[in-house]
Amino acid sequence: MELQLREAIRAAMTEEMERDEDIFLIGEEVAEYNGAYKVSQGMLDQFGASRVVDTPISELGFAGLGIGAAMNGLRPIVEFMTFNFSFVAFDQVINNAPNMQYMSGGQFTVPIVFRGPNGSAGQLGATHSNSTEALYSNFPGLKVIAPSNPDDAKGLLKSAIRDDDPVVFLESEQMYGLKGDVSEDEDYLLPIGQARIAREGSDVTLIGHSKMYHVAMEAADHLSEQGYEAEVIDPRTIKPLDTETIVRSVMKTNRLVVVDESNPFSSVASEVTHQVQDRAFDYLDAPVARVTAPDTPAPYAPNLMDAYVPAADNVVDAAKRVLYVQ
Amino acid sequence: MAIPIEMPKLSDTMEEGVLSAWLADEGDEVSAGDVIAQVETDKATMDLEAFDDGVLLRKLIGEGDAVPIGELIAVLGEEGEDISDLIDDGSADGGGDAAEEEAPAADTDESAAADAGVEEPAGDGQLRERTPDPVPAGTDAEGRRIKASPLARRLAEEHGVDLSAVTGSGPEGRIVRADVEARIEEIEAGEVETEVPAEPEPDAQPEPPEPPVEEEPAYAMPDDIETDRPATAGDGAPYESEGISQMRKTISRRLAQSKFTAPHFYLTVDIDAARLMEVRAELNEKSQAQDGPKISPNDLITKASALALREHPFVNASYLAEEGEIRKHNRIHVGIAVAIDEGLITPVIRDADRKGLSQIAAETRELATRARNRELQPEEFEGATFTTSNLGMFGIEDFTAIINPPNAAILAIGEVRDTPVVEDGEVVPGKRMKMTLSCDHRVVDGAVGAQFLQTLRSFLEEPMNLLL
Repeated sequence: MELQLREAIRAAMTEEMERDEDIFLIGEEVAEYNGAYKVSQGMLDQFGASRVVDTPISELGFAGLGIGAAMNGLRPIVEFMTFNFSFVAFDQVINNAPNMQYMSGGQFTVPIVFRGPNGSAGQLGATHSNSTEALYSNFPGLKVIAPSNPDDAKGLLKSAIRDDDPVVFLESEQMYGLKGDVSEDEDYLLPIGQARIAREGSDVTLIGHSKMYHVAMEAADHLSEQGYEAEVIDPRTIKPLDTETIVRSVMKTNRLVVVDESNPFSSVASEVTHQVQDRAFDYLDAPVARVTAPDTPAPYAPNLMDAYVPAADNVVDAAKRVLYVQ
Repeated sequence: MAIPIEMPKLSDTMEEGVLSAWLADEGDEVSAGDVIAQVETDKATMDLEAFDDGVLLRKLIGEGDAVPIGELIAVLGEEGEDISDLIDDGSADGGGDAAEEEAPAADTDESAAADAGVEEPAGDGQLRERTPDPVPAGTDAEGRRIKASPLARRLAEEHGVDLSAVTGSGPEGRIVRADVEARIEEIEAGEVETEVPAEPEPDAQPEPPEPPVEEEPAYAMPDDIETDRPATAGDGAPYESEGISQMRKTISRRLAQSKFTAPHFYLTVDIDAARLMEVRAELNEKSQAQDGPKISPNDLITKASALALREHPFVNASYLAEEGEIRKHNRIHVGIAVAIDEGLITPVIRDADRKGLSQIAAETRELATRARNRELQPEEFEGATFTTSNLGMFGIEDFTAIINPPNAAILAIGEVRDTPVVEDGEVVPGKRMKMTLSCDHRVVDGAVGAQFLQTLRSFLEEPMNLLL
């Protein structure tokens, strides 16, 4: 069945909530307004106000409420209108949710999903254009997922909801309308921590998650026109990262370009680069290249924004650099 | 016997000491514990004690001189003793003079001259005459770091290519894969030429040596780089020559290394294979009904070995002399020796203990086919932690195999044979299979190897255990 990304996410939540009464959705505008981006459209009507809950503008409060509910046996889905606002709830997300099981000696688990759009989405200004995957994947105890298409989003969100650990599920405002075939299986569970080789190639490996996956695929098409076959890997899960798949690909192609919308310092790209040099050093024929946003706040002007967000041309350039053809 | 006195390390951070004052003169008798000098370190001025009794024969540095830790500063011994083997005359005289005459200016000149001598100034023809030292890997003849990608470095090492002879085409002259591959081709072309007999065979058409056609990258598979030398199968020729392929060279090097460095011993068991063959037939019926792969006895042995390895970590190990450790591998990767035209290769079933029989069967089939087509990637034949070799299909009853380094053991599998066996006092038809484990005694002791075989046997004689 063809669904938009927002519909696939809704399908995942709806199916899981039908299956398990302990699951509820909470966040700003999720109920009466049907979701700021219409992800939760119709869910209030179906499940009622006790399971689809509007909150005040109080991220720290409702994230903490979710964690408390999870500790007491429920399985909350906490929607951040965007992950920029999750910073207000930072202490709950990075300190309480991932550490509770450890600090309680296993007495409490926190089966919670924090979800919402992440990353830039056009002219939103610096404070509303943050990419948070590197940040959240730095904290032990949090799983971080960032799918690139509706089918993966459904399968991985269902897995995230059923997972007993806290999961940060990163969506993309610009991809909510992206259509794709989605499994209708009620138990469609994609394993967390498994990358997908989206395109096979022998000359260079490109890695990109979420929006950047599509940039990598576009770059692979351009490279193919120029006679270079790129292998494209969508990690799908940022943490735990499927290093095995990445390393095997690099052993084959001997070259790697990591595409990551984050700012470069301590980014996901940094970590991938480290893992690869550590585990595939003797297979590298060129330094690993990264294509990321620059180390600056996101601009507002459209021309500057175009220059800011990684694009296929940047990836092609980086790939040719590691192929020694420039 | 003369005893050298060296600048001692008097503080943790001290790198050199200044001899601030001599408290004994040449010719003085000193006893162990006597303070003979004061040394100024980076922290404090401290006493320098003699550790032995004797006569202070020579002071080699003057007061105020700074010398690094460990440098000879004085010699103790018996009166009149010859100390020329401890000090060379020039510096001894210079130092001695300096100490006696307290002429710092002269001393400075002397040591400066000595330093200059050690530095081998450029343009000193005499020094250049010495035989050049071997160039350490990774540096050129002038000792500069050669820029090469890690992959290029590995390829060069594997193929014995001297990187200092390769021109790099990458940024800042970095040597990359393509450069090393080009060099390998050059070398191989060169070898072909030198191997051509100097005197042409009578009546033979002089043929130019053809350069080897090398489509695949040489690193992808140990490749058959046959010399294309024309065969000399003429009448009466006493022998035919064939060049040694890269694969044969690799086999030669690795197996010789194994046999020469790993002390092998061998344990043979003869197992009851009746249940194994029954279960295999049942499994195949079910597998084929589901369009699954055909499961061979070897697949069952792969699985059984992997499960047995889990219980015997010292068999799933490597003796790594260079690293100074025995490495017990946490994961179990079973290599399976596959005969191919040019030799043999061992594709690897990774995590064989965690894979089902159909998956093992399918992977083994696929890898073996690709091995024969020489399509294996390095990661598909590297990294085995244990290896099996099966010659049963040739009617071999049992044999011993050479360990595939850095494994600790290899299992040699013979044929499943029909044989009379004694059961409950009766001679009845039975099925038996012999297996011989070659063990590296540096890691695996006799009892450990025997216990491993016992576990393996229990899996194979009661194969339903494989499914648990």
